[in-house]
Amino acid sequence: MKIKKNIAVSENGFLFDPNSGESYSLNKTGQLIVKLISEGKTESEIIEVVKEKYEVETTSLQRYLDDFIMMLQQMNLLEKEED
Amino acid sequence: MEKLKFERPVINHINAGVPDKFGMGTAIQPISHIDDISVEDLLNEYGSPLYVLSEKTIRETYREALSAFKTRYPKVQFAWSYKTNYLNAVCNIFHQEGSWAEVVSGFEFEKALANGVPGSKIIFNGPDKSNEDLERAIQHGSLIHIDHFDELYEIMAVAPKTGKKAKVAIRVNMDTGIYPHWDRFGFNYENGEAWTAINKIMPNPDMELIGLHTHIGTYIMTPNAYAVATSKLAALTVRIQMKYNHHLKYLDLGGGFASKNTLKGAYLPGSDTCPSFDDYAEAITGALINSDIQYEHMPTLFLETGRALIDEAGYLLGSVLANKRLLDGRRSLIIDIGVNNLFTSFWYEHHIVPARIKQRDTEDTTIYGPLCMNIDVIRQAIQFPVLEKGDRVVIKRIGAYNMTQWLQFITYRPNVVLIDAEGKTHIIRENETHESMNALDRIPQHLKEIQL
Repeated sequence: MKIKKNIAVSENGFLFDPNSGESYSLNKTGQLIVKLISEGKTESEIIEVVKEKYEVETTSLQRYLDDFIMMLQQMNLLEKEED
Repeated sequence: MEKLKFERPVINHINAGVPDKFGMGTAIQPISHIDDISVEDLLNEYGSPLYVLSEKTIRETYREALSAFKTRYPKVQFAWSYKTNYLNAVCNIFHQEGSWAEVVSGFEFEKALANGVPGSKIIFNGPDKSNEDLERAIQHGSLIHIDHFDELYEIMAVAPKTGKKAKVAIRVNMDTGIYPHWDRFGFNYENGEAWTAINKIMPNPDMELIGLHTHIGTYIMTPNAYAVATSKLAALTVRIQMKYNHHLKYLDLGGGFASKNTLKGAYLPGSDTCPSFDDYAEAITGALINSDIQYEHMPTLFLETGRALIDEAGYLLGSVLANKRLLDGRRSLIIDIGVNNLFTSFWYEHHIVPARIKQRDTEDTTIYGPLCMNIDVIRQAIQFPVLEKGDRVVIKRIGAYNMTQWLQFITYRPNVVLIDAEGKTHIIRENETHESMNALDRIPQHLKEIQL
């Protein structure tokens, strides 16, 4: 799982996709997860980092993360996975 | 180190270039309490989904409407439109406030009598009145609003058998300058049909024409249409005075006042665009006062307002069943309130909010009901916070028609609770059960046994 290379994320959660010209806004947790994905972290590593920082239990976090990643895919912000 | 409060991750597409020129607020205000009673407590006690009615709001709205008319014209009489909400407790609130009953079927007529409304204070409208219905209405001295010539002839035939004079009015339809023009009910004003009907009634010894009735449409946003309607009824009244030296006791302007709900396709919310009772009252009473009806014979003004008196007092509470993603990435929320409970969602963009908000971020969401049917959509597109299974939602302004047009489909209709003026809750209609639903079924002998 990789965020597309030329996507820019500002410090306050503004995300710009130069491929499509579309802009997005992220909340704090969304911002953190996008950062972790671009650092090349796996899903389980992301869960660990988020859990360390935030008060949240694994099952709900897993559910939210799945949903969030689906949104990123839907918005075409992730690199296609190599087969 | 203390951990931070978690918010679910959200990414929202920014739509630049299509600003709302009216600067409408998109902030969602949760409804956690109704008349100081917690939504959560109500659902825990009475089950989900749940209809809730506020007696305080019903009475306040009624008094506001009455005062708007009475301060302008002293002879005003409201008649509660049974079809809008005929739960007995609701009808009796209006009757306690002084409303008569306006019914449109034998079933509603029986309900009104059983509620203790004297027959002479029941207005009988509608195109479906059987011979038995008409006979009973004449016996009780009710006001029969004739819809068509066949009904008129029927009354001519039935009335002599009762030994009483039928008290009648005719329903008049007319062009009031608005669309659609309802011409399917009553006798037309412009083509002279109404006048013909009057000329058949007046000489008949078994009927007494005591009023005129019109109901120009529903959810009327133009108060002036009522002024036009009033003037036309007043013109007929004057003509009757001139030709027959007969003075009508009342003019009934029907209902049709808009509630603050938003119609589908409307650009602005109903709460911003809907005329006030004062607007309607000014139009109607102004036209009446300025008419040529003789001062000493000014008729009583009857009003059959339904929707605008009860919609605001009703709430439908429910719970989230699931979240889902649609193919295009949109969120869909499935709640336990379906179109079976919320019939009016076919024409309103209902105001729906969560009982509480954990997170302010909203997403473009479609809200579906629980029915296994594609038509079961509560809101097609709404900016809505992300809720979780079990979270509570509140739908506002559902008091009109939903508790009469509700459908019993695949599940039991839920409890209806009234919060009285002191803040006490009462079940005013119990939820259906397997027993109550099956009580009317009959299985022929040869179908009683099955073997699988």
